[in-house]
Amino acid sequence: MGPTRRDFLKMAGLSTLCLALPPRLAHGAAKVEPSAAAAPLPAAGPGAPGSLPGRRWAMVAEVGKCRADCRDCIDACHGAHNVPDFGNPKDDVHWIGQAPMTQVFPAGAHPRLPENLRNLPLPVLCNHCENPPCVRVCPTKATFRRADGIVAMDYHRCIGCRFCMAACPYGARSMNWRDPRPFIARLDPAFPTRTQGVVEKCNFCEERLAKGVLPACVTACKEKALTFGDLVEPRSAVRELLGKHFSLRRRPELGTEPQVYYIL
Amino acid sequence: MKLYNRGIILAGIALFLIVLTFPFWYGRGKAVPPPDLKLDTAAIAALNEKLCVAPAAFMRTDHMHLLTEWRDGVVREGRRTYSAADGRVFEISLTGTCLKCHDNKEQFCDRCHDYTGAKPNCWSCHIIPKEVR
Repeated sequence: MGPTRRDFLKMAGLSTLCLALPPRLAHGAAKVEPSAAAAPLPAAGPGAPGSLPGRRWAMVAEVGKCRADCRDCIDACHGAHNVPDFGNPKDDVHWIGQAPMTQVFPAGAHPRLPENLRNLPLPVLCNHCENPPCVRVCPTKATFRRADGIVAMDYHRCIGCRFCMAACPYGARSMNWRDPRPFIARLDPAFPTRTQGVVEKCNFCEERLAKGVLPACVTACKEKALTFGDLVEPRSAVRELLGKHFSLRRRPELGTEPQVYYIL
Repeated sequence: MKLYNRGIILAGIALFLIVLTFPFWYGRGKAVPPPDLKLDTAAIAALNEKLCVAPAAFMRTDHMHLLTEWRDGVVREGRRTYSAADGRVFEISLTGTCLKCHDNKEQFCDRCHDYTGAKPNCWSCHIIPKEVR
């Protein structure tokens, strides 16, 4: 014979009571983690000892100082970050590049501009937007905005969907269509490469900032055309430059709030 | 009930069962020897105390979880140092810290991963310092 009506009601009541218990009690003691894994990590990251303090990183490019045919910033960046050179524009991968003024500021270019200004090559890189569209569209949160404003990539999570490339109005992102390893001229063991099927871009040299060093492009520029600093700090180099000169940002009408400023 | 093509069917079933159970009776009594992990690198020999960032037993079973925690900490939160339970502080870096001592990846990482059939994809991006051209 099965349980009586009375037994059934008792069991149902007890089961309902169990549901209300806190999960720890209900499931017994949780697995005890070894102390090594549970040891709290020291508060590091932006503001850790030895790193450059910054609350909002930004870059100012004084393009008038750029020498013609100079590629120092590009070579330094791509060398430091193991950026591959596939040798054809279709597969092109870049973190920082060069583009003529008419492409960088299409709204500001008109046919009556002097030729030297129209063809002036400007350094172009990720703008580390205040309101980054690439972060909004990323389905895996592989790209994210750090507290100090750097729009970073977590290559471990990138699935290569390229939504971010479609979203970025500045063409700052590149897809690794092929395995980049064989196309890196000289591997720098201090920085990982990327793998086939991930999107990559400039990281504002966050690995160097953590060690207290300015970005590779900034230190490589002999003309001191690139200035890097904290926008929140009123006496920073970037704030001084922006306070003294008229500066432009790329496509401000889109509302992405780029943090790379150009002084023409 | 009549079974048509009885011979072929029964032979087929027998063959199928033989193939299915092949790995069990073929490998019976044979055991693959456990991997022989080498800890005899110069960097480890130079250590006063032969200790990893955590006790060996924990590293053996949970190094992958520790590495995942390290990875997410560095990439997403900017935590670049790790304080061990005994107070030692390490820079979090797979190639800079782990491979500094274990620079014999083939005799250490790979042997156990091959044995257990683990295929970590760390090395598709992270560079093995020894293999740099």
